[in-house]
Amino acid sequence: MENELLIVLLIPLFAGILSIFSWKNTRLQKYIFIGGTTALLLAAINLLNSVIAHEVITLQSAGWGAPYGITMVADLLSTIMILLTSITAIAVAVFSLSDVDQSRLNFGFYPLMCFLLFSVCGAFLSGDVFNLYVWFEMMLISSFVLMALGNTKPQLEGAIKYVTLNIVSSAFFLAGTGILYGLTGTLNMADLALRLSAIPDQNLVTLAAIFFFIAFGVKAAIFPLFSWLPASYHTPPVTVSAFFAGILTKVGVYAFIRFFTMIFNHDSVFIDNLLLITAGTTMLVGVLGAAAQMEFRKILSFHIISQIGYMIMGLALNTKLALAGAVFYIMHHIIVKTNLFLVSGVVNRLKGSFQLKKLGGVYSKYPLLGILFVISAFSLAGFPPLSGFWAKFILIKAGLEVQDYLIVTVALVVGFLTLYSMTKIWNEVFWKKMTIEEESEKEISPVGLWSITPMVIPVVFLATITLAIGLFGEPVMKLAMMTAEQLQSPEIYINKVLGLNE
Amino acid sequence: MEDILPFLIGGLYAGGIYLILHRSFVKLIIGLIILGYASNLLLFTISRVTRGAPPLIPEEASQLTEPFADPLPQALILTAIVIGFGIQAFAIVLIKVGYQAGDTDDLDDLNTTDRLED
Repeated sequence: MENELLIVLLIPLFAGILSIFSWKNTRLQKYIFIGGTTALLLAAINLLNSVIAHEVITLQSAGWGAPYGITMVADLLSTIMILLTSITAIAVAVFSLSDVDQSRLNFGFYPLMCFLLFSVCGAFLSGDVFNLYVWFEMMLISSFVLMALGNTKPQLEGAIKYVTLNIVSSAFFLAGTGILYGLTGTLNMADLALRLSAIPDQNLVTLAAIFFFIAFGVKAAIFPLFSWLPASYHTPPVTVSAFFAGILTKVGVYAFIRFFTMIFNHDSVFIDNLLLITAGTTMLVGVLGAAAQMEFRKILSFHIISQIGYMIMGLALNTKLALAGAVFYIMHHIIVKTNLFLVSGVVNRLKGSFQLKKLGGVYSKYPLLGILFVISAFSLAGFPPLSGFWAKFILIKAGLEVQDYLIVTVALVVGFLTLYSMTKIWNEVFWKKMTIEEESEKEISPVGLWSITPMVIPVVFLATITLAIGLFGEPVMKLAMMTAEQLQSPEIYINKVLGLNE
Repeated sequence: MEDILPFLIGGLYAGGIYLILHRSFVKLIIGLIILGYASNLLLFTISRVTRGAPPLIPEEASQLTEPFADPLPQALILTAIVIGFGIQAFAIVLIKVGYQAGDTDDLDDLNTTDRLED
């Protein structure tokens, strides 16, 4: 059982080491990365199977039992996140074959991607607060370099903002860790969950919670801590920004769900209200920001923010259905958002721009690409029967059940405005006719869609998954409900980690 | 000692944030470094400062006797310092390259990625 957990970490680590040893041979690095992500996908499916069978799998590193050693824990939520990470990684790996230029490859693009994957998987599996901090820092340093790799001016500018705000958030994370240790004398998440409820002054616990709220808030890009995201996500190559858009902010959301369902679940009206207000404002501000933008990837970046709001909403409502909705939303969002970024990359390759004003007529030339975009975009906006519809439907139903009509209204309005943005992209990029002089100005010779097959395959792959989640949603929903059940009863997790039997 | 350290930590946080809010690249990076120090020191202080009592079990005893200095937070701080050092080194290089590419050391000039394209 432990081996299935360990292998998920070892695959990206070894892929990273191997690709460092083949530093000069970038072609070999490509094969290693694709092979590694495929193996990771298989390992993740394997892990999911055994987590479903055993509920929670723990690995006490070096045989030091919890709470003294570092514990790695795979429960349903973390396993689902790892599965989604590996699906995204595979899509991005294939896409990178024809997207990333040689100068970036020469400076270690693939090793960095491997280590990023490694640290993301580690963050999902960590059962110890300080260990989580270390994984976060590893993830940050890999993502910093990937963000700046290529040294173009916008990239450097975006990277400076990204790096600054993330270092500040790390300082908050560390301070919060210190407070937790001072309060309880332990950093094991399961042990913390038990001991924090025994603290006489619960205000101190809320204080620690606020530190983590800010630290994860920056990583997840919630209002008002999101400003680094739209400033940086449109600058690196599409491969990088697609992976960041799909996975990195969701690591923050994962940490939110983990901490605020298990560790800080004893209080408090204050935290619940804070989460709910943040959820609403994040949704609204994100979608309004997107409405003003006229750049393909910037619109998508702002939509990441508004979608994060939906996930936090599920967490804030904190009923079984709402948590299931949040989990479903994460599953849907990672696939769809990565896909939309990849579509923007394909359009850029075909038409040479990300600016909506300079684009047009893609649908008449490449109808298949148009259909692929529509599947993802309308799924994001929440059209039945695509995956986004079910995700929103569950969350709104959960909101109605607890009779929080305000947040439900916000969620519905934001869904509508999302449709507006997606229609804007559709109109400008795919539908609008390109004038003849504009067409002739373009130096780019017309290329067929299939001449860039490596870029199209992942888009088709992810669109198929989106369709599958939408049309055959029941098993996915069942999985989400099981996850929510686990999140609602953290005793299972705590007992497994600490080896208690009740 | 425990009475002085909180004020020191507060001062470091304030100084760090004050420097981050400046417009110069160099002050930004120094501010980030100081903010990191403040967090490390907070972690150190909050887990009780104990002087001259190493956590060693005497030969005749089977467990530690109070008071003893807790080694764990010091190990955590050591890790945090090493990680912070690596990230700061990267940030300094990034800011240098950013300065050369943009030919400015004013943070207010870094607004091109936020601007609405026309």
